[in-house]
Amino acid sequence: MRDQVSSPYREFWQRFASNRFATAGLVVIAVLFLLSVAAGLVTPYSPDTIDAWHVLLPPSGSHWFGTDELGRDVFTRVVYGARVSLKVGFVAVGIAVVIGTVIGLFAGFYGGWVDSVLMRLVDIMLCFPTFFLILAVIAMLEPSIWYIMVIIGLTGWMGVARLVRAEVLSLKSRDFILAARVLGASDSRIIFRHILPNALSPVLVSATLGVAGAILTESALSFLGIGVQPPTPSWGNILTSGKDYIEFAWWLSLFPGVAILVTVLSYNLVGEGIRDALDPRRQQG
Amino acid sequence: MANYLIKRILMLIPLLLGITLITFTVIHLAPGEPVEMQTAMSPKASAASRARLREFYGLDKPLHVQYGMWLSNLSRLDFGRSFAPDNRPVLDKIKERIPITISLNVIALILEFGLALPIGIMAAVHRDTLLDRAISVFVFVGFAVPTFWLALLCMYLFGVKLSWLPISGIHSLGSDQWSWWWRTLDLARHLVLPIAIATFGSLAGLSRYMRSTMIEVLSQDYITTARAKGVRERVVIYRHALKNALLPVITLLGFSLPALIGGSVIFETIFSIPGMGQLFYQGVMARDYPLVMGILVIGACLTLIGNLLADLCYALADPRIRHGRG
Repeated sequence: MRDQVSSPYREFWQRFASNRFATAGLVVIAVLFLLSVAAGLVTPYSPDTIDAWHVLLPPSGSHWFGTDELGRDVFTRVVYGARVSLKVGFVAVGIAVVIGTVIGLFAGFYGGWVDSVLMRLVDIMLCFPTFFLILAVIAMLEPSIWYIMVIIGLTGWMGVARLVRAEVLSLKSRDFILAARVLGASDSRIIFRHILPNALSPVLVSATLGVAGAILTESALSFLGIGVQPPTPSWGNILTSGKDYIEFAWWLSLFPGVAILVTVLSYNLVGEGIRDALDPRRQQG
Repeated sequence: MANYLIKRILMLIPLLLGITLITFTVIHLAPGEPVEMQTAMSPKASAASRARLREFYGLDKPLHVQYGMWLSNLSRLDFGRSFAPDNRPVLDKIKERIPITISLNVIALILEFGLALPIGIMAAVHRDTLLDRAISVFVFVGFAVPTFWLALLCMYLFGVKLSWLPISGIHSLGSDQWSWWWRTLDLARHLVLPIAIATFGSLAGLSRYMRSTMIEVLSQDYITTARAKGVRERVVIYRHALKNALLPVITLLGFSLPALIGGSVIFETIFSIPGMGQLFYQGVMARDYPLVMGILVIGACLTLIGNLLADLCYALADPRIRHGRG
């Protein structure tokens, strides 16, 4: 079985797997995913049962990460909090990628005034301190995780749009597009069947890094008290009580922060891994 | 150069209009009305007084009329009055908060560049060595640390455990009685942690960027030429390579501004610093629409100015643009 056919897909995986850091990141994300799905099986406690007899206990055998000011098990809350982070990351970036891709495709493909208008919109959106914009909108709405995901998505598509546009511009003049046109393909067929698949690889990288950014933004919002609302646990809002009890209970601040750090780090490593694997010239770049 | 400058400034006009349009849309699309917030406080407010308030703020007019009114006021630098009980002009409120936020961010920016450039250059020059790996680890961790969490840990370590530094506000209690020298020292001690954290926030990205542009430049032919003719390595790196590697970094200067200003909400709230970020947070929580809109517009304009300055630096540094071929 030596004459293995090497498809681009398999080559990509081989290069990705040869990157130890990226593989480690992928494993961590997979574990987090399993943990958050099977949260009820991992821990004997429930994330919001109040226990007045076991308030602010330091980490121990029965409470690995200690307990919070209401006697809830911090480990359990961190595990359930993973659900929020994973959901926010994927949905917010999904929205950003769809908007960014569509805008980038149109701007790049049609050029002219369509391009000018769309790219000025990108410039304008990039002027706003993103966090200000998110804060302004979120605070006006009823607090809900769905709004948070949508708003993070709506304020994060500009980078993707620029990437896709640049990719489309360079693809547009290639011979295979000309060939498709000569064969009588419609605009939409050329855009979605021929250009889009070829423009997606840089988007994949920026989407993976975007998930990391979205998780950071959500945790900051929840920390400020306008993100995910208690009693639903999220890493950010556990840290809010961590701040209030920082003088007596360091464990409330330490563990959720480490969870954010490890998760964001893993997504970044995977993103960089994908980038290197997509472009062999960039190895160790 | 003059032509370039004029062109660049004319391009600002549509951007400015766009900024106001997006700010207005964002605030007015949201459900709920500012009047509700004010009347909710006093249950005695009748429908009539509510209507009076709506009329007073022009909320009874159609949206495009409201936008037109707001825009014409903006053009006279009238940002309206705050809905807060003090009812002061928004511009005054922002004016007294802006200096501290800008000086914090400028200091952070200087430190950031002062640290990130050498780190990036070092990593590029010693590429693939242990040093480079160590810097990479630092960079990746730096990317992933939530700033507010880092602030929390630093407050615990330096403020609570070691009690080296104050962790809240910008003045000690009773410091107004002290001589200016002690007051300055006091201010500096209050600002160490916030500035350190603001700096750390963007250190990772910038140093990684510096590393990759430097690596790219070092692989160019003219660097090989310089080395081949026996120029010393220090001179090759700092005279020949650095100049060209710095060019793309200048653009990043403009880009890092919105992130810095946006980040000021977080650390100003955590450290109770009376800056624009804290004002914005308070305004948002109180649904103080004129204030929120004012800060959004001014925040975006600061970015515009930052980008303009970065572009001008770029033009000054790059003769291709300076002579109108860019």
